[in-house]
This record gives sequence, structure tokens and C-alpha cells, in this order.
Amino acid sequence: MIGAAFTITAKDLKERFRDRSAIMLAVVVPLGLAFIMNLTLGPVTEQSFSTGVAVYDADGGPIAVGFGEMLAGIDAAGFVSVTDVATEADARWLVDDHSVSTAYLVPQGLSEAVAANEAAEIVVVADPDQPIGSAVGKALADGFAAEVNAVRLSVATALALGADDPEGLAVAAQESSPTIVLADALTEGRGFDFSSFYATGIAVFFMFFTVQFGVLSIIDERENGTMPRLLVAPISKQSILIGKLLASFLVGVASTVVLWLSTTLLMGAEWGGSLIVIVLIAAGVTAAMGLTAAIATIAKTAEQAGAITAFVVVVFGVLGGTFFPVSRVSGAFSAISRVTPHFWLMEGFRRSSAGEGIVDILPALGAILAFAIILGSIGLIRAQDLVRHQ
Amino acid sequence: MADVVLECSGLRKEYGDLVAVDGVGFSIEAGETYGLLGPNGAGKTTTISIIAGLLDSDGGAAVVSGNEITTKSTAAKAAIGLVPQDIAIYPDLTARENLRFFGKLYDIGGSLNERVDEILDVIELSDRADDQTKEYSGGMKRRLNIGLGLLHKPDLLILDEPTVGVDPQSRNAILENVERLGAEGMAVLYTTHYMEEAERLCDRVGIIDEGVIVAEGTRRELVTLVGERDRLHLEVSGDASTVADAVSAIPDVESCSSAGSELEVVAVSASRALPDVVLSVNDAGLDVLTVQVSEPDLESVFLHLTGKALRE
Repeated sequence: MIGAAFTITAKDLKERFRDRSAIMLAVVVPLGLAFIMNLTLGPVTEQSFSTGVAVYDADGGPIAVGFGEMLAGIDAAGFVSVTDVATEADARWLVDDHSVSTAYLVPQGLSEAVAANEAAEIVVVADPDQPIGSAVGKALADGFAAEVNAVRLSVATALALGADDPEGLAVAAQESSPTIVLADALTEGRGFDFSSFYATGIAVFFMFFTVQFGVLSIIDERENGTMPRLLVAPISKQSILIGKLLASFLVGVASTVVLWLSTTLLMGAEWGGSLIVIVLIAAGVTAAMGLTAAIATIAKTAEQAGAITAFVVVVFGVLGGTFFPVSRVSGAFSAISRVTPHFWLMEGFRRSSAGEGIVDILPALGAILAFAIILGSIGLIRAQDLVRHQ
Repeated sequence: MADVVLECSGLRKEYGDLVAVDGVGFSIEAGETYGLLGPNGAGKTTTISIIAGLLDSDGGAAVVSGNEITTKSTAAKAAIGLVPQDIAIYPDLTARENLRFFGKLYDIGGSLNERVDEILDVIELSDRADDQTKEYSGGMKRRLNIGLGLLHKPDLLILDEPTVGVDPQSRNAILENVERLGAEGMAVLYTTHYMEEAERLCDRVGIIDEGVIVAEGTRRELVTLVGERDRLHLEVSGDASTVADAVSAIPDVESCSSAGSELEVVAVSASRALPDVVLSVNDAGLDVLTVQVSEPDLESVFLHLTGKALRE
């Protein structure tokens, strides 16, 4: 039985390979779509924020040095690019030239004024054509000023309560202050970066189209008249079914693996650890085969089956979050999306992409396997009924 | 007596209230070509489907080369080759790949490549063996369709209307192949709408109507069964009535009538009676000017038995 099944699998794969439209659907279209979305939408939604600032330091005292160190720390994080200039005119010119969004003019005597508890200021020159950068630049200066003021207040309070070492208190207060930290609010906590989301989303979406050929090829055999030839051959009906489903499984896994490797190498997508990705792909393909088999077998012709399957797969794809993230969506939509295998596959890949281990992925994997078992059983029973000559 | 390859008896198949096949039974020996004739809906396709192992019967049995055929009986299926009416080949595969694929399913084994080459030669597709069959003409596809049925050297070859839609040249090639297969000892079950094909190929014919075999035998036996006779129509050089009595006395002649210079002779066998008829005319001092021989064909037998034309 196994030998006959493998023979049928090999024949189906050969036919599939020669059918260019199948290769288009399985690999070329999803890969092309992932690239297009990455190229067109990626820069808008994913690019990290960064702005340039210029610093003219006429003071050189400890407060000015502290301000410079804060900016250097943010520069190192990649959010701000700091340029030190020699004159106030140079700083203002960089803003006028739009080379930086903000220029900080640190006046002479700033540190002494702060130490004397006198009024002191850092002049912020903003480029009105870079509103976001300017706002960030101003916010950084405000943050530093607030920190300095907090230190001054702490020292003043301590002195009022009887402390006798104002310089030591100032140093201690400054060291205990939290450093200003900027985080990438666009990506932190979401699990997916843009490339990874679209790479996996498109792969999951097309996986359900790719695997449907297994059942459709059974209907095709009947329509093309080759099913009677298979049925009169000295092989079991089960070997016909196994052969066809195995071909479908292999094509589904192979096309998704090609997308995985291509998007990882060419788009920098992060799918997660290899073992987890392979397990998710295998489980997803099985669930997809079950779903398409359960649906396609309602139809009487391959054309009908293709149309019905396409409709369901598109709706499930949207609901399941292959086009936009739905993992944080709540309410009815969230409940509905959870009844699609697509949702759980995306959830699995989201966690995998975030570097979570197999244990963290188990709930999603369990849901996918449940879909695979339930839908696969229904599909198998229905597909068995298709293996007949009329 | 040759070995019986197919023995079916009492085959019955019901679809709800409709009895598609009702007690069909016949046998085919090795080297014999058996024609199953019947109009559409007569039960011909259902009978073939049961014998090929595509359908399980509701009653009776069909035994092929000693193994009872069911949809699950692989041993019996291995002894059967089916050439379905519809072309059943994979268009994206080449002829060689189609043959190799089915050869593997029939577990032909180590000699598969040689056997594929043999079949390609028989069906005259060796020069196009590695082209995808979607590029083939209708006749070429038909020939491959037959080749696939022959590939594993079956004991019983079932050909279901194999020449439908085939050009005359390909049709003749197919008929020659079937004749050769019969001569080589293969048992052939042949269905056709073309009466001349049945008359040319079939050693015996079964006429099926409304699920029942209404008559079976050689063409001659069937003709005799329904009372049809050969007829000779002669035009002679004088008064035909002068020889009518003499012609009537010829052993193979059943009756003879005359009108002017024309003689109408009814004979058991026109070919046997004709020389004696001509001799009698000459003995009476007359010459035979023209002779027309009409033998009853299966079409007329069929019409007589079923009240329908074969193509209805």
C-alpha cells in the first residue's frame, strides 16, 4: 500500500511541479507580496525614529557635561544623533539648514548658576519643519532640566533638615536619579516586527490555498476520467488517498519553508527557532489540509471546490489576523478570530518570533493540532468518499 | 476447450428502485472477443463496471482468472485491463511517464522500461513518447488510452467504446490491434455502438437490454435465432419462373420466388447456396446478369430483439 501511495505522491508532485500556476500560487505570489509589502509599508510603520541635534557648550561645567552625557547615552541607543559644534552660529546654521531638528545652546556660567541656586537656562533652537524631532529635542531638554531641578530640590531639602555637605548631597542625588531612557514604543511588546509579521502572515494565508490541491486533485481525477484507471489497478483506495494527501502535505510544507527561508534571508524576517517553526508549519499544513478537505468535498466539481475554498480561506485569513495583528483585539472580533486556525498559527509565530520557547507556544500549538485533528478527520472521511469512479 | 478467463453469473445491481443489471451472466474464453451490445441505459456500463472492479454487485458473481472480482480484490484486478470510453491519461505527463506510472501501480517491476517501450511501439507513439500528452491529437490520446490497458498483459481486456470520436485511420489501427490481441490469446470484452466493429471483431455477442442479456451467440446463431435469413436477388437473361422450382430444390435454399426476369431467393447461407443457384440458372439455358447478396446483420437482429435501434 505504501509503495503505491508513494508512486501516486511522486506523480502528483511531478504534475504539480509542471503546473506553473501552482508554483506561482505556492511560492512566487506570496513571496512577491511579502516583498512588496515590506518595501512599501515597511518604512512607514517600522522605521525607528531618529533625529539630529546640535550642542554648543559655552559652559564646560559639570551641568553641561552631564547634559552632554545624557545626550550621548541616547545617541548610543540610536534615537538621537548628536553633533557638537564650536560656535552658537554653527548650531543655528545646522537648524536653518535642516541638518538637525534641534540645537542646544548651553550658556557660559550655567553650572555656576545651578550651583548657586540661581536661575539658569539652556536655549533650545527648534526647526519648525521637523516638528516631531523638535518636540523630541525639547522633551529631552525638559527632562534634563526636571532632573537637575529634582536634584536641587533634594539638596535644598536635605540642607534645610540639617545636612552639612551640599556638594556631596548633590553628587549623591544626581547619581541616584534615573537616567533618561527612550524605548522603541513601536515594537516593544508586540512580538513581531513588520517584516516578520507580513512574512508569516502571507505564508499562513497562502498555505491554505497551496494545500487545497490535494483534495482538488481527487476531484480532478474524477473529472478527467483517470479515477477509474486508478480504481481498477490492484491497489487499495486508501493508498490513493494517502498518496494524494501526502503530496499535498509535502507541497504545503515545502512552499512555506521556501517562504520562511526567503523572507529570513532577503527581508530579515524573524520567524523564530528552526525546530519551533518546523513544528508550527507541519501542524499548520495539516490543519489547512483538514479545513480545505472538509470544505472542498461539499462541492461537486473542482471549480466549485476552488471557489468555495477560496472564499472561506480569505475570510478566515482576515479574521485570523494574517493581514493585520489581531492578538490584542478584544470583544466579539477576538472571539471569532480564535475559531480560525489562522489565529493560532499567527499567535504561534508571534511568540516564536519574539524568541519564546516551545513551552510558551504550546497553547497555540495545541489549538492548531486540535484544528488539525478535528478538521483532518472530517476532511479524511469526506475525501474517502471522493475516491470513487462516479 | 480454451480456458475460461471471465465467468459471470446472475450479476445484479440496483439503484434504489431501478434495477440496472438483472441476472446478467456470460463467459469469455482465452483468445475470444466478446461483444456486449446494448443501447444507452441498457446496463452495459454497469455490467462492465462490476466486471472491472469499479462497482460491487448486489448479487451474483464475476470471476476473472479464478479470482472473484470485487472493488477490493487486488488479485482479480491485476488480471484485468480497462480501456475506458473517456480518455483517461494525465495531460501534464508524457506518454512514457503515463505508462511508467501505471506500470508501477501494477508492480511490473524490473521489466517495466522494456514493456513501456514495447507498448509505445505497438501504439506507434515511440517518436512522441517524451512529449506531454496535452500536445497529442485525439487519435494519439486514444492509442495511449488503449496502451495503458495493455501494459500489464492482462488476461481480460475490457474495451468500452474505444473508437468513439476517432479518425478512420486511428480507428482501423485500433481494430487491428484488438484482432491481434485476440489472436495472441487475450480475452477481450468489447462494447461498441458500431455494428460493423462488432461483426468484424467479436467471436460472440451478447445483446443486453433493460439490464438483461436477451440473446447471446455468434452472429450466425443470433441471426438464426431471430429467424432472419440471407437473401439473393438475381436478374437472369430470360423468364425466371422457368428455374424457380429447380432453385427451390437446392438444400440451402428455403424458398424462391420469381417476377419476370428476377429471382428472389431466401437461403440459410447465401454464400453456400449461390454457386448451386447460378448452376441451376445456367442449366436452364439462362445467364445470370446481376447478383445481389444481402445477409441479415446484427443491427437487424438487435432491432428484432429489442425493438430499438442500437444508438437509441
